Amino acid sequence: MAERLSSTPVAWFGQALLYGLFALVIGIFSQWPAYRHLPADQALIKVSFNHQGKPVSGCRKATPEELAKLPPNMRAPLVCSRERSPITVEVDLDGSPALRHVAQPSGLSRDGSSAFYQRVPVAAGTHSLVVRVKDDSRSPDFDYVREASVTLKPAQILVIDFNPTKGGITLQ
Amino acid sequence: MLHTTRLHTLAGYKQLERGVDAVFGSALNPLRHLGALGFLLFWFLAVSGIYLYAMLDTSVEGAYTSVADLSRTPWHPGGVLRSLHRYAADAFIVVMLLHLLREVLEGHYQGFRRFSWLTGVPLLLLAFTSAIGGFWLNWDRLGQFSALATAEWLDRLPLFASPLTRNFLNVASVSDRLFSLFVFVHLGVPLLLVFGLWFHIQRIARAAVFPPRTLALGAAATLLALALLAPVLSQAPADLATVPGALAYDWLLLFVHPLVYATSADFVWALLAAALLVLFAMPFLPHTAAVPVAVVDPANCNGCRRCFDDCPYEAVTMVPHPQRRLRQMAQVNADLCASCGICVGACPSSTPFRSVAELVTGIDMPSAPIGALRQQLTQGLAGLGDVPGKIVVFGCACGADVTRLAGADVATFSLMCTGQLPPSFVEYALRDGAAGVLVSACPEGGCEFRLGQRWTAQRLQGTREPHLRASVPQDRLAVAWADAGDESAVRAALNTLRQQISAAPAAPPIRPVPAHG
Repeated sequence: MAERLSSTPVAWFGQALLYGLFALVIGIFSQWPAYRHLPADQALIKVSFNHQGKPVSGCRKATPEELAKLPPNMRAPLVCSRERSPITVEVDLDGSPALRHVAQPSGLSRDGSSAFYQRVPVAAGTHSLVVRVKDDSRSPDFDYVREASVTLKPAQILVIDFNPTKGGITLQ
Repeated sequence: MLHTTRLHTLAGYKQLERGVDAVFGSALNPLRHLGALGFLLFWFLAVSGIYLYAMLDTSVEGAYTSVADLSRTPWHPGGVLRSLHRYAADAFIVVMLLHLLREVLEGHYQGFRRFSWLTGVPLLLLAFTSAIGGFWLNWDRLGQFSALATAEWLDRLPLFASPLTRNFLNVASVSDRLFSLFVFVHLGVPLLLVFGLWFHIQRIARAAVFPPRTLALGAAATLLALALLAPVLSQAPADLATVPGALAYDWLLLFVHPLVYATSADFVWALLAAALLVLFAMPFLPHTAAVPVAVVDPANCNGCRRCFDDCPYEAVTMVPHPQRRLRQMAQVNADLCASCGICVGACPSSTPFRSVAELVTGIDMPSAPIGALRQQLTQGLAGLGDVPGKIVVFGCACGADVTRLAGADVATFSLMCTGQLPPSFVEYALRDGAAGVLVSACPEGGCEFRLGQRWTAQRLQGTREPHLRASVPQDRLAVAWADAGDESAVRAALNTLRQQISAAPAAPPIRPVPAHG
């Protein structure tokens, strides 16, 4: 019976209705409701770096016994640790700690770079920032410190990066 | 509990299917062609995608303009194709998820369907990956948000030495090379999808990779109308110095990003892992014991290949006959066999008119041999006594329940699939005392074993071997296409047949069935 119905005017109307309903569902949910990722009055601070910390220990002279055990072509006079220091980052926002993280070096021998990425949503406006980075486990204090006052517009992104060859802690 | 919920939901889904049947007819019901529609939408995506790729400038500066320009002139073919591309992607995801839902509700993930299920699950990931990657190529605010959200989500996995998110820290971070990666994702992953789809249908004979033409035209016209009436437009250009504001958002393709931010990246990874685990584990969960598969009897197999042609799952292959030189014989692959019995209905040796005491056919179902059906038919008709207008009803265990129709003048026989019925049984029943025969099968597109309905219809119409002989009076035969839950349709067909028989002039005598053995 359904086969016969499918060619009647009523069925044609029904088919158009169902096709239209499908199109409506697709059309609506492909662009509605609008999505706002960040509240309109907020800005975003992104803290990120990809940096290799300093070696955890310095080099020392190889002893004659150690050198004697090595093939002649591998007798380097200095023995240096491959392991790198973890990188510690701290961000204070308006006098309060907003972020602290210790990024471990990558690699099985912990000799790779330490990478980090973190978002910190903040209210738009002026903020005082203190960013501290430590990339040498042998030093007692933070190796890099930067203080700044920043004014962020709504939806603005401030990127805090770290690269000693490009000025240390950068605010972009 | 879960099983009961599944059955209740299935009943509701079937009700919906029947409702749509009433509008489209079962043969053109989109809900019965979801897989084929998915293929059609994929081809729409491929064709429109090739055009868009030709138009795309794969550079940071040029990408946005090259795509946005397509939609600047209303009803420009480029803009229409771009809109068609997006809407086809949305429709593809909807159709794919409906296909998944239907197969879950039908319990189509175990036994011989395990391969299709397991090869289908990864396609979900590939489909979403390629769909999400498409937004990045626009490099508008939505593309920017999606690319960064994806990077943040992926960075939760310990996969990358440097966070992917660092590629989007500022304008200087985004390079033309990154667009090569975007292109790879949006072109490479769909290519993998094609391979995946090929695997997905490997164990299906005559896989429906294109829907009926009317349905294909309807789907194309719908998407085209949508593309013309609501063209897809680029949002503002990407600006990595600011967070995108309110975005016109595609929830069908990009729902994962808001889900990550509403919960957490870890939660969504856990959710995804759990979902995949469940989907991959489903075929291995305890289930009802499998029905014994078809068995070939070499002595009665003449190598005609009809079972080979008709098997919906390519479970039958032809091998050299062990007893007859230069002849072939069917061989059943137990892993692929669905135990549907369609091969039995195809076998010429299944005719009940063979004058042997015990009917043994070339290929048979051990749990419901054809010889037993002949015996039950004879006994059933004899059991009705001398009632005038006796009717035999052959039905399908997966379709409408015909056993409820049994009565003083009606003998019912439920087969594994109506495709198991050799058409000669209709004539046999009429010659054995039945005044009429009603064959009930699932509606077109609704066969549990895919092709049983189609082969039954063709065999009864005389267009497929083995066919019903033309000498069988057509007014003594009725066919009802009804699936489980639609028993009223079969009852209506039975009543019509009954009236037809009583209103017809005395039927010409039909040569009775000779005694066997």
